[in-house]
Amino acid sequence: MALGDILIEVSNVAKHFGEGETRVDALRAVDLTVRAGEVIALLGPSGSGKTTLLNIIGCILAPSAGRVVLDGEPVFDGRWLRRDLRRLRLDKIGFIFQAHNLLPFLTAEENVAVVLDLAGLHAEEGRVRARELLDYLEVGHRAKVKPALLSGGEAQRVAIARALANRPRIILADEPTAALDGARAGLVMDLMRKLAVEQEACIVTVTHDEKIFDRFDRLIHLRDGRLADA
Amino acid sequence: MNLALKDIRHGLFRFVLTCFGLGLLMTVVLAMIGIYNGLVSDALAVVKAPAADVWVVEAGTKGPFAEASSIPADTRDAVARMPGVAEAGAVNYQNVEAPHAGRTLRLYVVGYEPGRPGGPQRIAEGRGIGAGHFELVADRKTGLLPGETIRLGRNRFAVVGLVDGAMNSGGDPAVYVTLADAMALQTELDPAAQRVQAARGAVSVKSASVAAVIARMAPGADVDLLTATVRQWKHLAALTQVEQEELLLVSVVDKARRQIGLFLGILLSVSAVVIALIIYTMTMEKLKQIATLKLIGAPDRTIVALIVQQALILGASGWAIGLMLILSVKDYFPRRVVLEPFNVMVLAGIIAAVCLLSSALGVRAAMKVDPATALGS
Ligand SMILES: Nc1ncnc2c1ncn2[C@@H]1O[C@H](COP(=O)(O)OP(=O)(O)O)[C@@H](O)[C@H]1O
Ligand SMILES: [Mg+2]
Repeated sequence: MALGDILIEVSNVAKHFGEGETRVDALRAVDLTVRAGEVIALLGPSGSGKTTLLNIIGCILAPSAGRVVLDGEPVFDGRWLRRDLRRLRLDKIGFIFQAHNLLPFLTAEENVAVVLDLAGLHAEEGRVRARELLDYLEVGHRAKVKPALLSGGEAQRVAIARALANRPRIILADEPTAALDGARAGLVMDLMRKLAVEQEACIVTVTHDEKIFDRFDRLIHLRDGRLADA
Repeated sequence: MNLALKDIRHGLFRFVLTCFGLGLLMTVVLAMIGIYNGLVSDALAVVKAPAADVWVVEAGTKGPFAEASSIPADTRDAVARMPGVAEAGAVNYQNVEAPHAGRTLRLYVVGYEPGRPGGPQRIAEGRGIGAGHFELVADRKTGLLPGETIRLGRNRFAVVGLVDGAMNSGGDPAVYVTLADAMALQTELDPAAQRVQAARGAVSVKSASVAAVIARMAPGADVDLLTATVRQWKHLAALTQVEQEELLLVSVVDKARRQIGLFLGILLSVSAVVIALIIYTMTMEKLKQIATLKLIGAPDRTIVALIVQQALILGASGWAIGLMLILSVKDYFPRRVVLEPFNVMVLAGIIAAVCLLSSALGVRAAMKVDPATALGS
């Protein structure tokens, strides 16, 4: 497929936790470029730095060194270049966590709509868009239900809807299909890809799920904090 | 989308229970304020009843309420002739226990001269005392009814009328009798009773003496001139109404007032700590959700609003429940519970301040939480 704009540009990013004896080098000089429309998988053994890299791209974690450019905007270069990282996340980044992290006091629909509310969308418009997304992900019939009553798969699809609600161009997912069965996992990945293409977004997914490897444009392997391209 | 309300509705039962608990605490606080006010206003009832301008009492005493005072009964004539005095009346006060309807009533017997200052201002039921002997007007709290009789000392008194809110600073309901009857009653009390009364410091029991003379001034008359004139009489002293009221508050009810005041202080502190704890805990339980909110891009103001709004809703509900409860039970208290709108508003202010302060604690914790903590499962 024709590749679009560069949405993620990570150059020479390193991250270590602790100092001296306890120092852990989670990432060492990682370079990664992801373009609009790309769906890539981040693979690697446990402790190889996948989550760390995802959190750095998501502006949840500051790198120890290096440079991060998101959607053409430099956001980190030795230090954060933007103060309102949360606004940046709201506008540009959709997160799907391994634990679905839905707000327990909101219904499925409200969990999706809250992002749009925060983005300043009119309440009714937000509700309609939330409903559309849930329908799209085949959980529309559970719109009025609170997360506690959703199955793992339903909750994860609601979380995906929330991540996609504000049409972010960067979608980050940490094992999004872990709670889904094989067929459903493939279906969800297909849906995400479809939305990504429609919205000219990119998707970076951490996964161990070999059943869905064929759904990615690129597989990126991390080992001991370094990219080990296959 | 109001997150605070949604979260409250999500855990409604628990929130309501918390509000109710807080409401009960507020009921106690309001009851304490009301009892405190009631104590002060009851204490002043006896001083305010005669609507006096000046009290003439025994020299060197703070009579007749704070200390025993005894002056010759004919002092009234002298006071009535003093400059600026429109009316004067002699009064005396004594505590009497009287058997009535199978139980013992503790009564505060006020002797006054009908037609002169010292009697009740307003008769609520029946009539005032006529010229005759052995009539009395009773406070409604005595339980006496017009037409009944009650034995005081050696004589039976007929209840001819009722008044409201007449009592001494200890809360014993008052009965009004003529000064002549009161003085007779005083000398009639058997020696044992006299000793008891003396030990209580209620009245000194000299014959043909009264406790005080109440003076009302002519319009525009100079109170200072009168008090100065009174003081020329070596055995007399004069107190203005204001002085008398202050004296009573300072000397007679001061300890009770401080006692309740201190208790109220402790109660308010306890409430503050409880409110702070509830709100802090409420926030702490939500830290992970707050981290999630940060993760999806919620600005600080959304998070602050969530915490502060819940704190204020909690405080306001607790306050309202407390107010409702105290208003519905206050009349069952043995002593008067007086709640001024001002007190209630001040309490609202205090609660609001405590809520804001304790939500500040929660907000601090919420601001510090790292959005990444939402990622751990
Ligand atoms: N907050 C942290 N503090 C200390 N060490 C951390 C922290 N987060 C991750 N690490 C360490 O960094 C390394 C990479 O972790 P992570 O990115 O979570 O790996 P993965 O997601 O691939 O399992 C691991 O050795 C982990 O122990
Ligand atoms: Mg991980």
